[in-house]
Order: sequence, then structure tokens, then C-alpha cells
Amino acid sequence: MKSVTAQDLVKTYGTKKDVVTALNNVSFEVEQGELFGIIGPDGAGKTSLFRILTTLLLADSGRATVDNLDVVKDLKAIRKRVGYMPGRFSLYQDLTVAENLEFFATIFETSIQENYDLIKDIYQQIEPFKDRRAGKLSGGMKQKLALSCALIHRPGVLFLDEPTTGVDAVSRKEFWDMLKTLKRQGITILVSTPYMDEASLCDRVALIQTGNILSIDSPAGIVDNFKPTLLAVRANQMYPLLLDLQRYEGARDAYAFGEYHHLVLKSGFNEAGVRSYLDRSAHEGVEIKPSRPVIEDCFIALMKQPTGAAADNHQPSA
Amino acid sequence: MQDAITTRNLTKTFGSFTAVDAITFHVKKGEIFGFLGANGAGKTTAMRMLCGLSFPTSGKATVAGFDVATETEKIKRSIGYMSQKFSLYEDLTVRENIRFYAGIYGKSRAFIREKTSRVLQQLRLENEADKLVGALPLGWKQKLAFSVAIFHEPEIVFLDEPTGGVDPVTRREFWNLIYEAAGDGITVFVTTHYMDEAEYCDRVSIMVDGKIGALDSPKGLKETFGVNSMDEVFLKLARGAKRSDG
Repeated sequence: MKSVTAQDLVKTYGTKKDVVTALNNVSFEVEQGELFGIIGPDGAGKTSLFRILTTLLLADSGRATVDNLDVVKDLKAIRKRVGYMPGRFSLYQDLTVAENLEFFATIFETSIQENYDLIKDIYQQIEPFKDRRAGKLSGGMKQKLALSCALIHRPGVLFLDEPTTGVDAVSRKEFWDMLKTLKRQGITILVSTPYMDEASLCDRVALIQTGNILSIDSPAGIVDNFKPTLLAVRANQMYPLLLDLQRYEGARDAYAFGEYHHLVLKSGFNEAGVRSYLDRSAHEGVEIKPSRPVIEDCFIALMKQPTGAAADNHQPSA
Repeated sequence: MQDAITTRNLTKTFGSFTAVDAITFHVKKGEIFGFLGANGAGKTTAMRMLCGLSFPTSGKATVAGFDVATETEKIKRSIGYMSQKFSLYEDLTVRENIRFYAGIYGKSRAFIREKTSRVLQQLRLENEADKLVGALPLGWKQKLAFSVAIFHEPEIVFLDEPTGGVDPVTRREFWNLIYEAAGDGITVFVTTHYMDEAEYCDRVSIMVDGKIGALDSPKGLKETFGVNSMDEVFLKLARGAKRSDG
């Protein structure tokens, strides 16, 4: 069963003269129990998409369903079945941890006891602070409380809008561990993030940029679709090296990538060619090796391809 | 060579809580210095003291040769500052924003006029100069904000998570601007949650529980911790933190 479907969703803001297109014909499907990632930078349309799917915003055109219910016609039924954690902390700052959780349980006509097993692993970490006001919690604790509140009515589909933005690497890792536990309970999870490295933790991902879906596939599938030769190159002076790599005739693209630079080759060029090109320069300590592309390489390549090609990629591949 | 930043046992307490606990480090002139740490480790508090926005409880620090306890106004004139949240005035044009900030730093009209055209050219924003900043894509805004932060040619620029949420292509263009600024002799003090960006720094410090947990070049840190990436260095250090954010 499809847990979530979106078909040709369009959302624009602004006036006729000055239109901002947040979503441009977005279509995809999410299977029951899937952990589906929406990966893209700020301004990609992630929040608009989540607000449409959670019935909080109307699309200009297109259709969407959650649990086979229409997001426009069946909004009341959908609201009972989805959990939504917005990007901005939106619990009551002047209620305590326990009061917030109690409040959300009550409005969904359930109780903390009834669904405690679902939130236990997460809530236990903040339970020692249950009498503290939510506004006085640290970032990581707020996040755990917000997730507990979004889960307390045992939703079928969970929407998490940038839960890890601005969160340090350790807390990010912990958060993804929590998501894996939830997935085992059969909850469908849609999660958005600007961090490309988090894509590999999802079952499938949609890469999205300025309202256009660039690609939808499993993380492995997206990486497999990256065809050109990718080299990792370093030298003692990294910035001059980058400028030289960008000037290389065989370079389709060259960009910094952590410890190394990544050099994407045009067809017909190879590692030996790069080596002899760099031998003619003044660089010292040159190291060149083949590299496996990761999601970020794919995202960069998709961003730079002509928009016509990106438009062909709209249809869900599942 | 004189250091751009020096601290000795720099400490800040709030009541019984020691946010920054006797940190001692130096940042060299023209260096790109990464200032990392988990949420709640004390980065922001330390940075606010270095920018002259918060007085140390004890210890000493100088920025551009000025004392953070007694010469905060001189410090503010010598530094640039940019954060992910603080941006430009959305309802002013690109040109107006530049003129406004340069004017605050007391730059002459001739200087502003001449440098504005250079900056617009560098950012390839010549055709957008008279558009409202609010109409620019986020990535351009961040690059413009950086250029505005160093427009008055400060000795040091403080960047607080400048690339958060920015797309991967723009993020790299942003770092090219950082390299160019460093090449012009501006010292860059930068925080980030992207571990690949830690690799772009000359040296990196990682704060843990208010202290400097480690400070070295990315290469040196990886060797010391016997790992292959800055990500692993960070996880190893931050995992040991007592002051958990969670």
C-alpha cells in the first residue's frame, strides 16, 4: 500500500508580478513502512511540501494522499493519523515536559500510558527533567520532547521537517538511531534534511532543489547513476590546486571535498592524463586516486545539468 | 609575527555554570581557524567574548592586539562578523546594504564606490545591484553577507555557521570566498557543523565541556586520534563530553 502519494504538486507564493515557485510539479510515492528522505538545501520547497501533506497548506494544483486519504477533502481524518514535527520548535515553552506530552495526548484523545511503549526509548532520556519547562531545555532535549509529542497518538505516518538542522554531529547520529527504531515499529517516516550525508540512512530519497525533484531512488541507486570517472586529488597547496583542476581541459567539474578535491572527468580523459597535466605544474605532494561518488557528488552533478534534463526525472522511479 | 587572537585561561561563568573554562589558544594572522564543538560546548559564549560582546569572568584575551575586557570598541572596528541567522536588510537593495554597512564603519564615499563595483563583479551580482536583497536566493544572500562583513577590510572575520542549509555548490563557492579573503591577509575564524569544511581550515579546535578538547591541523588531529576523517575525530571527542546536550 502507498502510504503517501504526491502528484504534480505546484505551490507558488507572491503576487502575479513577482512569483516564487516553491514546488514545481512534484510527484512521488512512499511505501508503507518506508523511511523516505527529502534531501535539499534551504529554499528547495521541503517545508511547503510537508505542510501540504499534513493538510496545513493548500497546493495551487496537483493531488496528494496520505493513507489513501485526500489531503484536501479528508483533512480531519488525516490529522488524526499523522505526526508532524515542524522545523521550528513549536511546543509550549511555559508548560513542563510532562505537561506538553499530556496536552498532546489529550487532544488526540489518548493517554501517555496507552502508547508509552512507542515513545519509551526516546522519552526516558528526558523523563528525569519532566518537571522542567520546555523553554528551559537544551536543543537536543527539545528535539526529543517534540518527537515524543509527535508520536504520542501512534501516527501511521510521521513527518519530520529538518529535525537535525543546526544539531551537532553526535546528536544527529543519535537522532537517526531513534528513527531506525521507530521504523521497526512499522511507522512510515518522511524526513527532510539539508545534510547530504544523511541520505544514505534512508530507504529511498528524493533530491530536491528550488521546487524541482532532481532524482528519486535508493541511495545506492542514485550513486550508481553517477557515470563519469571521479578522482580524488590532493596536494600541499589545496586552493591553487583547485584552480588548476578547474582549468584542466578534461574537467567536467572540480570542487573541494573535505581532505581531497573531487575531479569529475569528461569522457575520453583518464587518471594518467590528470597526472601528466599536474606534473607540468608546480604542485608538490600530489596524490591522485579513484574515488567512489557519494550523494553530494550526485546532487552537485544534478544541480549543474541543464534544467530540461532534470525535468525528465520527475516521475517516481518506484 | 603577531597573533590575530590570543587567549589565556579565558573563562566565563553564568552563576554556578562554567560555560567557557580557562581556554588558552592562539590564532595566527591570515589563518583559517575552525572553531568546532558540540551544541552547548561553549562555542557561542567564547565567540561573543572575542567579538567584544560579553566580558570574561576571568582570564585574558586579545583580538587584533586589543584587550577584550577593556578595548571592545576598538575590537569591533577591527573585526567583521557574519552568522547564519543575521543577514542583511531584506528591504534594501544590494547596493544600499553595502553602502549602509560600509558607512557604519566610517568608510569614505570614494572607497565605497570603488570597492562596491569590485565586489559586485567578484560575486557576479552586477545585474542584481539594484534589486532588493530579499529577492535573492539564499546562497547569494550568504555570499553577499560575507562580502559585506569584510567590506571594511577587517583584520579578522568571525563566521558563525555561515553555510548552514546552503546547497552544496554554493557552499563551495562560499569557501572560495573564504580562501580569497585569507589570501588577502584576513584572518578567518569559522564555526561549522559540516565536517568536510573542517578539512578546509588550516587548524581546527574542538571544544568539549567548555574546554579546548583538541587543537591541531586536520591532518594532525586525524593522526593523533588514529582515524581517517574529521567526522570520526569529532565523534570520538564529543562522545566523551559530560555536558551532554541530550
